[in-house]
Amino acid sequence: MKITVNGDPCEVASDTVQAVLDELGYGEAKVATAVNETFVPAGSRGATRLAKGDRLEIVAPRQGG
Amino acid sequence: MVSFYGTEVASRLMLGTAQYPSPAILEQAFRRSGAGIATVSVRREAGGERAGAAFWDLVKQLDVKVLPNTAGCHSVREAVTTAQMARELFDTPWIKLEVIGHADTLQPDPFGLVEAARILTDEGFQVFPYTTEDIVLADRLLEAGCEVLMPWGAPIGTGLGLTNIYGLRTLRAQFPDVPMVVDAGLGLPSQAAQAMEMAFDAVLLNTAVAKAGDPAAMAEGFGRAVEAGRLAYEADPMEPRDMAAPSTPLIGKAFLE
Repeated sequence: MKITVNGDPCEVASDTVQAVLDELGYGEAKVATAVNETFVPAGSRGATRLAKGDRLEIVAPRQGG
Repeated sequence: MVSFYGTEVASRLMLGTAQYPSPAILEQAFRRSGAGIATVSVRREAGGERAGAAFWDLVKQLDVKVLPNTAGCHSVREAVTTAQMARELFDTPWIKLEVIGHADTLQPDPFGLVEAARILTDEGFQVFPYTTEDIVLADRLLEAGCEVLMPWGAPIGTGLGLTNIYGLRTLRAQFPDVPMVVDAGLGLPSQAAQAMEMAFDAVLLNTAVAKAGDPAAMAEGFGRAVEAGRLAYEADPMEPRDMAAPSTPLIGKAFLE
């Protein structure tokens, strides 16, 4: 299934946010997620299904002013 | 002590964590500044990158409170989603809310700012809105549930200092009981001291320290300036006057022709 991950096209085999995170190697990384500009809490990742063309954002802590 | 949303913080200096030459220099700058709050952000991370975890480990060592921002967000939706992701990552209801309305000046979008502030407040966030000196906008932000205001000194990253003294003074006078932090545009410690002398409760800066030739020394300079400015405010400064008034008593002066 083709989705967009952090702005780039990405072919994934999984169909939930959590499974895509696992598939892409995030493992236990400290990240937060949003799908189509809507926040997906960590506790909802396993139940949040992705569809073709969805835009997944995966962010982590960074330097800021 | 200064208090934001009921949380007391020992230092009146807030320091950003971006643009330092190295993580070690960032750490030195925080140590020498005495800053009590660090601003942080969220950005995209690739699988296996783990940059976020490394940065977070560094921030935890600083022993400061963390204020996540929504830097770079230009829409309400974007800012709200970013705030929600930041709350989960940093485990704090605090959010420095930026909704940028103009690309060249990074001036806040006042309409989007109020809308986003209302949404986030309703969701239990404690919002620190990055705003201008506009008192009507300030009033709307307070109505939306903000209990802190962060007016700019000058546009972000310019180092111009307090470019609208009258506006800032008016804002401060209009809402004397609201904690206010001058955020952005400071370039020198003297400008931070000036803000503190004007009864602002704290200052927030990043570029002035991170882009100095010696960030750690500049951080200490800002730390001392913030303390000096606050002391001066608390000490009730004299009123300026136009005509000279001798400070040395004239009585007893020797009569010498």
